[in-house]
Order: sequence, then structure tokens, then C-alpha cells
Amino acid sequence: MADLSVTFAGVHFTNPIVLASGIMGITANSLIHVAHKGKLGGVTTKSIWLTPHQGHKNPVMLGTEHYFINAVGVPDAGIEKAKEELRIYKENKSVPLIANVIASSETDYGMITEAITELEPDLIEVNISCPNIEDEFGKPLACSRVKAAEVTKICKSKTHIPVVIKMSPNVENPVEIAQACEDAGADGLCCFNTFGPGMLIDLESRMPILANKVGGVSGPGIKPLVLKMVNDIYKAVKIPIIGTGGVLTGKDALEMMMCGATLVGVGTMIYYYDIQGFVDMAIEMNDWLDEHNIKNITEIIGALNR
Amino acid sequence: MFERKVPVPIMLNRIDVPIMVKIIDVIQETDNVKTFTLDISLNAKPGQFVNIWLPGIDEKPFSVAEDNGKTLKITFFAIGEFTKKLFACNVGDKIGIRGPYGRAYSWKPNSTLALIAGGYGAAPMYFLAQKAVETNCIIYFIVGAKSKNHLLYLNTISSLPKTFLHIATDDGSMGHKGYNTEVLEKILQKHHIHQVFGCGPEMMLYSVFNLCKKYKTEGQLSMERYMKCGFGVCGQCVMDNTGERVCMEGAVMTTQQLSCIEEFGKYHRDKEGLKKPF
Ligand SMILES: Cc1cc2nc3c(=O)[nH]c(=O)nc-3n(C[C@H](O)[C@H](O)[C@H](O)COP(=O)(O)OP(=O)(O)OC[C@H]3O[C@@H](n4cnc5c(N)ncnc54)[C@H](O)[C@@H]3O)c2cc1C
Ligand SMILES: Cc1cc2nc3c(=O)[nH]c(=O)nc-3n(C[C@H](O)[C@H](O)[C@H](O)COP(=O)(O)O)c2cc1C
Repeated sequence: MADLSVTFAGVHFTNPIVLASGIMGITANSLIHVAHKGKLGGVTTKSIWLTPHQGHKNPVMLGTEHYFINAVGVPDAGIEKAKEELRIYKENKSVPLIANVIASSETDYGMITEAITELEPDLIEVNISCPNIEDEFGKPLACSRVKAAEVTKICKSKTHIPVVIKMSPNVENPVEIAQACEDAGADGLCCFNTFGPGMLIDLESRMPILANKVGGVSGPGIKPLVLKMVNDIYKAVKIPIIGTGGVLTGKDALEMMMCGATLVGVGTMIYYYDIQGFVDMAIEMNDWLDEHNIKNITEIIGALNR
Repeated sequence: MFERKVPVPIMLNRIDVPIMVKIIDVIQETDNVKTFTLDISLNAKPGQFVNIWLPGIDEKPFSVAEDNGKTLKITFFAIGEFTKKLFACNVGDKIGIRGPYGRAYSWKPNSTLALIAGGYGAAPMYFLAQKAVETNCIIYFIVGAKSKNHLLYLNTISSLPKTFLHIATDDGSMGHKGYNTEVLEKILQKHHIHQVFGCGPEMMLYSVFNLCKKYKTEGQLSMERYMKCGFGVCGQCVMDNTGERVCMEGAVMTTQQLSCIEEFGKYHRDKEGLKKPF
């Protein structure tokens, strides 16, 4: 048995697999259920707003063998509901909790970070990169070096809990933006949110199928893109990375870690292999490490030969 | 050594990107209920559901009222924006469909079953009855509604072999005056019932659940929660406090499963996740 545990920004995880934000993360009991049944290292809540926010109409997500696309529109009932849910989560003493927060302005990012801090999550993940609410709020803040740094600074000033910035892959200069967040005090980076936005159409009706017309792309098709960018960022920053995007198997997760991820975020995998897929991932990771006589999974973080 | 335990993705045996299919028959059941026959089979089993898409409008879940290997039926109430638009569709129009989703009912062949239906529940229950009698089951089928004019599927159910139809209406305009669950209780007292199946409003299901407990009978009930994806990803339809998803660990849930679910009969959640009491 290899030791699968890792430490991320001072928080201990018994294995590096964490549930990505927006997947089965609406209620505390849902998170507890997935964490338990999937034997996860940690879980991330769905993005939490300060005040209630409506999502898009259905269909909000579509899956194929090769990729997944969604435009849920980040619906949420706001901080009051989140407080109730996070309290239930904490009471149940499950795996480490990453609270993912979202806002529509720099000031609101500060306020939601402050509000969520009261609930003592283990990490705060700041979603500045959702590609499917552009109609409402314009280009995500994660697309600008200056804005990403500003949000990081504001959030850091409002909390003692480690802050992870959720990055957008849809930028020309991901490395520069990562460095800007690091310089602004980020304790870690989550790389990445979904790609695009993209579009899926129905020939017959000549309509985009997602009600929002466009949506963020995730799943197996994005893995090679994520691996490359995670590795680029890993080489340029010192803060740890949650490598997220297209991971379906234990092998995928190990590849992500070799490219430099300390934790591996997994969301869309559930679509292909359901919750059991998490358990299989951990078994595969362990088997591979044993086979290669590696005692501690931390040995492979960033261990890509070049 | 390095083989997947689950080599085949679970999504391969269904359609997840809606396809447009023709409505080949329309039956007006009551003032506000219609049955559509669609030109497709999804090999759906009783208790499973599909998502129906009206391009540019919305997409909503509906139980399969029949899938005979060639065509698929849904029976629905026109209650809101979406179902009213669906209600206005005619033979020859095309609508989007994906599925089938959710767990199906499972019954023991050669046994005696009680089926209880309220609202649109008569439709999926009929599909179950149709399949169950093929496996030599005897069926007590209880349909309930506000009044005579709202009862669904009476003729179709009556035409099934080995099926005893019981009726309850709130106003007594047909059959027993009162709740259909009162009829169920009498049947449970009088006959040896192996399994109870229910589909209808949650408060009805909650009474059925309590009767199953009281008479120590196994039950399977169709749950409804606000749904988005239908395939277990979004987490919209999870129930407290087991965190089970109605679309994956349901929609058909056993009374054993339901006995651990605190919110059953108490509240559900809206599309932003806020609790709404029944
Ligand atoms: C598994 C399942 C099977 C169903 N089978 C049938 C059926 O066979 N026949 C039938 O008439 N109805 C069925 N329904 C209910 C059907 O989905 C709703 O009637 C429909 O969504 C109403 O939409 P609307 O826009 O017309 O009404 P609205 O005014 O939007 O909603 C009316 C009510 O319908 C429910 N509802 C709305 N949207 C959804 C949604 N996305 N998911 C779940 N519930 C929703 C809510 O409780 C809401 O209060 C089923 C629901 C589920 C979850
Ligand atoms: C249905 C769905 C909903 C999502 N919702 C959110 C969200 O609310 N907040 C967020 O930061 N990321 C959200 N994401 C992005 C994921 O957390 C993740 O970054 C992305 O999907 C790539 O990982 P994957 O390929 O493992 O899914 C969502 C993704 C999906 C598929």
C-alpha cells in the first residue's frame, strides 16, 4: 500500500482526489454521500453567491463519449442556505471541505469570502472563471491579469483561511495570470474551469441544444489541454495546484500529478463511471505506485521527465 | 493489472443528447391531460423516465407510459408554461427526447401486487401492470382522482388480464369516496400482497409508505424532485439526509431506502436548492 496522502496549503488530504465544484455539490448531505461512497480526499461545494442567483433553463448539460458541455448558470440560493448546509457538513466531520464562492464584482468577492470564513471551510476556492454567465456579467475576471490579482488581494484581506483561485483556461497568458495571483497572495490555484464556451446544435431543429446556447466544455476531450497548461504553470509558480479537467481514471490523475498537481479535481467523471469511479481511481493509483515501488504519492508531483 | 473495473461507461446504453422524434398519435385523456405516442423506442422499463425537450423553450422529465420496442408513450398534465406548450403539439410535430433514466420497478414473477396511482401515476403504473401480468402476476390496481372526470386509463387498465381495478374519488362521483390509500389498506387487510407499487403526489406516497410499514409489505415508490441533468451529475434532485439522487438511486425507491430519507413527505427543493415544504 502506497501512501496516497498529500498536504495542500497546510491542509491534510488522505488522498489527492477531490470532487470538483458544481457536481453534486448543492447540499451538505450530497457532499457527505459522495465523499463517503467515493472514498474521496476532499470535496468542493457548488459555487456560492451572497444573494440568490437563478440559473439557466434546461437543458443545462449534455454529455457524449468524448466531451461534456454545461451551462447551468450557477444557480444558488445564497449565503443563508449555504450556512445551513455547511454547518451540517461540519457536524458530520467528513473529509476536508473546499468552499467555492462566486460574485459579480470585486467588492462582492470580498464580502462572500468574509461571510464564508465564518463557517470555517478548510479552503476557499474563488471562482472567477465561469464561462457560461458571460451574457450576464461579461468576460470572467480570470481573463485579466490585473483583475485576477485584485480579486485575490481582496479575498485574502478578508480571511485567514487559505485562498485558492480558480483559473480560466480560456486566456492567452495562463502562466502570467497564475503568477499575478501568486504575487497577490493566493495560497493555491485550481486549474481549470471549463473551456470555451462551446456550442452543440441539433440539426433537425437548427437550434443550439443548451438553453443558454453556449456552455463550458469539460470531460475527457480537454485532458491534454489541461495537462499541458498545468505543467506550464507548475514550472512558473511555487504555490500548489488543484489539477482539474478531464480526469476519468487513476492513470489520468497520476498524469495530472506528474505535470505538477498536488490535488486532482474530478467532476465530469461521474457522468461516465458514477461515484464508484472515484473508488476505482484510488485503487488504480495505488496499484500503479506499488508496481513502480513508489511509497509516497508526493514523489510523483511534478516528476515529469524532460 | 491495470484494467478498469468498470470498463464500459455507464452512459452508453441511453441517449443523452436529445433527438427530435415525431408525435405519431395524440389521445386527449381529460380536459388537461394528453398522451403522446412518439416514433421511437428507448427500450425503457416501467418506472423509468425520459426528458422531453421543446427547442428554445425548456426541457422536463416525464415517466414512460409505455415502450413497446417500437414506440414510446408519455401521459402528462398541462400545468405550467412547458406542459401547456407541449399540450398544444399535434400529430406530425417533432419534439426532443433523451433517456431512459432512473431505476425501474422490479417485481417478483408469479406474485400478487398492489399498484396505487394518483395523478399522472396511472400511466407508468399501467406500463408496470402490463409487464407484470406477462410474468403471471395478479394485480390489484387502485386509481384515485378528485372526481370521475379526472380518472385516467380506466379502459386500458380494465382490458388487462388478471387485474382487479379499484377506484377512489374525493367527491365520490365514482368508486370509493375518499382517498385511494383507504382502498389500499382494505386490500392489504384482505389479501396477501407481496409488493406494493406507487406513483402519485408525495403525500399519497407517504401514506402508502406508512401502510407498507404497518402491514410489513415491501414497497416501491416513484419519487419526484426538481431535475436538471437526469443522469446524476448536477446534484439537483438529491434527498436529505442520505444524499441519494432521485434520478440515479430513484426515481423508483424502495420503502427501505425511503425509511432513511428525512425529507420524504416533508419538503423538496426548488431549482436554486431552497427547501420548500409540501
Ligand atoms: C421522474 C419524474 C417523472 C415525471 N413524470 C411525469 C409524467 O409522467 N406526467 C406528468 O404530467 N408529469 C410528470 N412529471 C412532472 C413534470 O416534470 C412537471 O409537470 C413539469 O416539469 C411541469 O413543468 P411546467 O413548465 O409545465 O410547470 P411549472 O409551472 O414550471 O412547474 C410546475 C411544477 O412542476 C414541477 N417541475 C417543474 N419543473 C420540473 C423539473 N425540471 N423537474 C421536476 N419537476 C419539475 C415542480 O414541482 C413545479 O412546481 C414528472 C417529474 C419527475 C421528476
Ligand atoms: C455540470 C458542471 C457544473 C459546474 N459548476 C461549477 C461551479 O459552480 N463552479 C466552478 O467553479 N466550476 C464549476 N464547474 C467546473 C468544474 O468544477 C471543473 O473545473 C471542470 O468541469 C473541469 O473538470 P472535469 O473535466 O473533471 O469536469 C462545473 C462543471 C460541470 C461539468
